[in-house]
Amino acid sequence: MSIQTAPKDMRHWVREREVHRDIFTHPDVFALEMQTVFTHTWVYVGHASQIPQAGDYHSTTVGDQPVVMVRQADGGIAVLHNRCAHKGVKIAGGEHGNTGKFFRCPYHAWTFKLDGALLGIPLNSGYAQNGFEGTEAAQGMARVGAVQVYRDFVFCRLAAQGESFADFFGESLSTLDNMVERSPEGKLEVAGGVLRYMHRCNWKMLVDNQTDTCHPMVAHESSAGTAVKVWKAAPEGTPKPMAVELFAPFVSPYEFFEGMGIRSWPHGHGHTGTADSIHAAYSPVPGYWDQMKAAYGESRAQKILGEVRHNTIYFPNIMVKGPIQTLRVFKPLAADRTLVESWTFRLVGAPDLLLERTLMYNRLINAPTSVVGHDDLEVYERSQQALLSRGRDWVNIGRLYDPAEAATPTQVVNGTSELQMRNQYRTWARYMAMGPEVKP
Amino acid sequence: MSPTPTQALIDLVYQEVRCIDEQRWDDWLALYTEDAHYWMPLTHGQTDPLLQGSLMYEDKMLLGIRVERLKGRRTFSQEPISRCHHLLQAPSMESHDPALGTAQVRAAFHYIETRGDEQQLYAGWASYHLRQQNGAWRIGLKRVDLVNCDAAFGNIQLFM
Repeated sequence: MSIQTAPKDMRHWVREREVHRDIFTHPDVFALEMQTVFTHTWVYVGHASQIPQAGDYHSTTVGDQPVVMVRQADGGIAVLHNRCAHKGVKIAGGEHGNTGKFFRCPYHAWTFKLDGALLGIPLNSGYAQNGFEGTEAAQGMARVGAVQVYRDFVFCRLAAQGESFADFFGESLSTLDNMVERSPEGKLEVAGGVLRYMHRCNWKMLVDNQTDTCHPMVAHESSAGTAVKVWKAAPEGTPKPMAVELFAPFVSPYEFFEGMGIRSWPHGHGHTGTADSIHAAYSPVPGYWDQMKAAYGESRAQKILGEVRHNTIYFPNIMVKGPIQTLRVFKPLAADRTLVESWTFRLVGAPDLLLERTLMYNRLINAPTSVVGHDDLEVYERSQQALLSRGRDWVNIGRLYDPAEAATPTQVVNGTSELQMRNQYRTWARYMAMGPEVKP
Repeated sequence: MSPTPTQALIDLVYQEVRCIDEQRWDDWLALYTEDAHYWMPLTHGQTDPLLQGSLMYEDKMLLGIRVERLKGRRTFSQEPISRCHHLLQAPSMESHDPALGTAQVRAAFHYIETRGDEQQLYAGWASYHLRQQNGAWRIGLKRVDLVNCDAAFGNIQLFM
């Protein structure tokens, strides 16, 4: 049963160069997004390193759906709807833990195998020979439509039918490849804990912001700009602190961001930093280059570390930074509410200093106590409030628009183009127009 | 029961939060040693500020950047400005080494941060690692453990 269907003409919401304010503010649009965009696409669930042992689970959400990813006895990973087949109680209550050999509901002790199948019901004679087999509950906990584990990154598609993982992501997986290959052992582990940051704005504002290269020098003048100013006042000869190295590139001039480049891919994916990026000039970490050279050979190691992609958007709602090993999830809670989770990774086998830098970056940029975060959240929340204005209906995404661009989903352009935002909204409109999943 | 801190230590703790509440930032920073840190862990019982994530782990330069930013003309997240209020339990002495001139003092707190019509309440424990320098006590480390340090917060713009 759908709450609302998309307008017959999607141009009521998404035009070539502008998008309607309703898509950020209207609860019906949000409800439809959950049943379309977050149902038909491959959405990030978690990382395999979070659940190393059989029975380990991590509970999260895919769109508005509570799910749990759980390690199976055979080493595989299942993603289940986190709901008891009986009365609907959330089965995995905590964010993570180990459930043993099966899930047990805290309400009536119905048990389920790690793949969701119904295992047992106390006093089960009450369901004997009365047609229980034909009820939905007999099928156990529902599995999501499809699961794919790619180099330990776990994604799922809620809908049973749809595009394959490989078709959906295509070449964009190269960013995940690069982050993994930055480990001399080719392995990542979630490390350092997750920073959680509540945003009173629509989730799409955060996705847009990741490839918005005309805001850092303006919005972050107060934070990164001040950092540079304070640093310049330090006595000559003072070694440049890691924090300044991380902050300073945010306030690079427009020309830098123009030259950085933006690449878009089909299905709404894309990234900033094709040629250069704010992560390109960090100090070398002692010992790391030798490890990489030994692991991959000089030319391949150079290629891996020379890829300095800035922000890669995996449509619909995550952003990955290979060179600084972070993954941010923009979890939609309501039209005007988004939970941002910023996860960090250890490059297995690499020096600890890399993780130290990653964690410093995360707390300086992505924490609720971060000054850069304060700058961004302020403008998002002001947008959420002011988009209620009926004085103007449209949000402009027309910078460096080219009428021919929609025909070539894979392309590299000037780094200040809003091409990737347009790519996202074209994709968004396509999934919205599909409507909710039709179950057999 | 831990011994009562000397009046000088109690005064320093009260003075520190009063500087924050009154936004006397230069006076506030002057209470910290040059190699001081201000730490807000992300998890309960956290022991490592570098290889575990934190909400804040700032040296004096980073604290100075925050203070400069709060004064800045283009600090839009401070239009309108934030205000804050600390309520402290009487500090307790956790350890004291008169020979070294060091002490650790702890105080439970309620902290309110407001901006415009919004008011947020936080609660936790502040631990101070104090050091005597030129006859005066200074803060070498302030550690702020929030009771819900792992919760999802909106902006926290001032200092607990």
